[in-house]
Amino acid sequence: MTGRGLAGRLSHMPKTIIERSETSFLQVINEKGDSDESLMPPVGEAGFRRFFETMLLARSFNHRALSLQREGRIGTYASIWGQEAAQIGSALAFSEDDWLFPSFRESGVLVARGYPMWMLYRYWAGDERGMSAPGFNIFPMSVPVGTQVPHAAGAAWAMKLKGHKKAAAVYFGDGGSSKGDFHEGLNFAGVFKAPCVFLCQNNQWAISVPRARQTAAKTIAQKGYAYGMEGIQVDGNDIAAVYKVVKEAAEKARSGGGPTLIECFTYRLDDHTTADDASRYRTDEEVEEWKAKEPLIRLRLYMEKKGWWTKEYEEAEAKKAQEAVDADIKKAEAYSAPDPADIIKYTYKDLTGRQKKELKEFGWGS
Amino acid sequence: MGKLNIVQAINQALAQEMEKDPDVIIIGEDVAKDGGVFRVTQGLLDKFGPERVIDTPLAELGIIGTAVGLAAYGMKPVAEIQFMGFTYAGLEQLFSHASRIRSRSRGAFSCPMVVRTPYGIGIKPPELHSESSEALFAHMPGLKVVIPSNPYNAKGLLVSAIRDPDPVLFMEASRLYRSIKSDVPEELYSIPLGKANIYQEGSEITVVAWGTMLHRAAEASEDFDCEIIDLQTIRPFDEETVVNSVKKTGRLVVVHEAPRVCGFGAEVAALVAEEAFGYLKAPVVRVAAPDAVVPMARLEDHYMPSQEMIKKAYQKVMQY
Ligand SMILES: Cc1ncc(C[n+]2csc(CCOP(=O)(O)OP(=O)(O)O)c2C)c(N)n1
Ligand SMILES: [Mg+2]
Repeated sequence: MTGRGLAGRLSHMPKTIIERSETSFLQVINEKGDSDESLMPPVGEAGFRRFFETMLLARSFNHRALSLQREGRIGTYASIWGQEAAQIGSALAFSEDDWLFPSFRESGVLVARGYPMWMLYRYWAGDERGMSAPGFNIFPMSVPVGTQVPHAAGAAWAMKLKGHKKAAAVYFGDGGSSKGDFHEGLNFAGVFKAPCVFLCQNNQWAISVPRARQTAAKTIAQKGYAYGMEGIQVDGNDIAAVYKVVKEAAEKARSGGGPTLIECFTYRLDDHTTADDASRYRTDEEVEEWKAKEPLIRLRLYMEKKGWWTKEYEEAEAKKAQEAVDADIKKAEAYSAPDPADIIKYTYKDLTGRQKKELKEFGWGS
Repeated sequence: MGKLNIVQAINQALAQEMEKDPDVIIIGEDVAKDGGVFRVTQGLLDKFGPERVIDTPLAELGIIGTAVGLAAYGMKPVAEIQFMGFTYAGLEQLFSHASRIRSRSRGAFSCPMVVRTPYGIGIKPPELHSESSEALFAHMPGLKVVIPSNPYNAKGLLVSAIRDPDPVLFMEASRLYRSIKSDVPEELYSIPLGKANIYQEGSEITVVAWGTMLHRAAEASEDFDCEIIDLQTIRPFDEETVVNSVKKTGRLVVVHEAPRVCGFGAEVAALVAEEAFGYLKAPVVRVAAPDAVVPMARLEDHYMPSQEMIKKAYQKVMQY
């Protein structure tokens, strides 16, 4: 045993217990679609239909992104397959006033918030304008892993300073929890009791590095306690559980209860990105095992039991999703090419003297 | 002697140094089972085992910071940072410690470590995977900065970097990794740090470049009589070779992929102004990227100095 075993305990055991912390796990709907109705968030049939339809849309977006990449129509892309419950369940639990700080693997979150899909496709095609949609309280996706964590703590702190009853939320991975940024962000949020929700999607892998190599602790959730906040692990493939926990954490934040760390226990079913080949480092058996637990199957089973799902319903919704995605791809591809002058224009609010010369020199001036 | 690309040449240098010196270890993200995202460390886990080829937690500050301690204690860590943009997380460890331990302790401690990282535009990736920030690192006293341009010098320079008594940042152009092959001797050899290579002799224009831009500067030189200097080591750089060449040609063009403002070309130009001013027949010209953030894939070709821009610079110094 490394790290976790008792064998390494110091012999001078303390006489007084200062604090005990417990880390719990929440599941509402299990893999067979059976539920614990006492834990069920009160969203009803309409809520579940929204979950299901948004998941289909996100899945369709993702599926097409992967094929566009294969055809060379967009660049490297990070798939969300397997993580839809964690992404959509959480995104729908926030209000539109809350601010979100996504990593690069959050297409599902953005799609759920109604961010224009065609702009996302532009972004993944290597066009910065795809991150410039006005009116969304969503920061541009962060590519350097974990670096967005303190941003959310800061935004949440600002909400508190200004007396706004809102929350900020940040998405990051199991790998991201190893960065100093994660620890410093949580620490600040704890100290300043900032209305922040820290959402870790533990998808078991950081490219080829397994979760066990990120921390010797049993969970990522328990790290919240060291920063003075509650941490909870939730079944990240169970959209009802994710929604419930995130909704409560956001409400707690908005009402002055401080930050929460939520670990969504899930799995990355695809390669890390389209530039990766996961068969180099993980087994098919592992992937197959998780495929059986993927979030859409479970949601479908539950809704079927409730009489809210039929094959026809799914087919009709899948068709709608596909059509919406197709229309957005068309729009993305018909969009104007970016202007090279944009490279320079957005460096500062105003052009520097040097930049004015460069615009001419490079032939981009107007 | 075999024809190798840069990935293979670096892999060979690592393997041979590891065989020779049991203190050499590789640490980084995805370096073990995956063999690195560019496959530079492929096969080394099988050869040397998990105690010497080690996947770390995802934390560049941790990787570089522990490398300082590993090195100070007597290991020789070769740390891979997956992309140059992610070295930024480890800057405090590099700038406040690795580069200063020798000075701080007046020689009692040192950090013989290597940080390898791919740099530059090349693979049409997401943001922060195309940085060319050599000047930032070259500015820090105590740190060496090495940039190979081909498989032969990649191997020889890396061997020197690993054996060097001081911390070395080793920048590998992602664009060149697999695009050029050259003869690489099977046996171990080293190329001294701090020495430039005269890539092509000439008499009318001294061209200073490194990494990817060396090749572009050379391709653009067809109609000119250029002496092309591959700097190889940015810090400390081979001032003598540059100054002597300019004394001969009377003209200097520096080409780099990084933005011109505070780019390393400024250092080269200033040196020439200080030491060969009287020999100059034309003002020094720098060909560089604009004063702006590296764009994503759609605009990156506009950002990178083009052959035409380099040719224009050659014309400019000739017509002055
Ligand atoms: C600071 C930093 N280091 C390395 C990388 C390269 N990289 C991109 S994603 C990734 C793994 C991230 O793992 P995790 O945080 O678990 O998120 P996931 O990819 O699983 O969603 C790595 C190493 C990066 N983008 N940023
Ligand atoms: Mg992960």
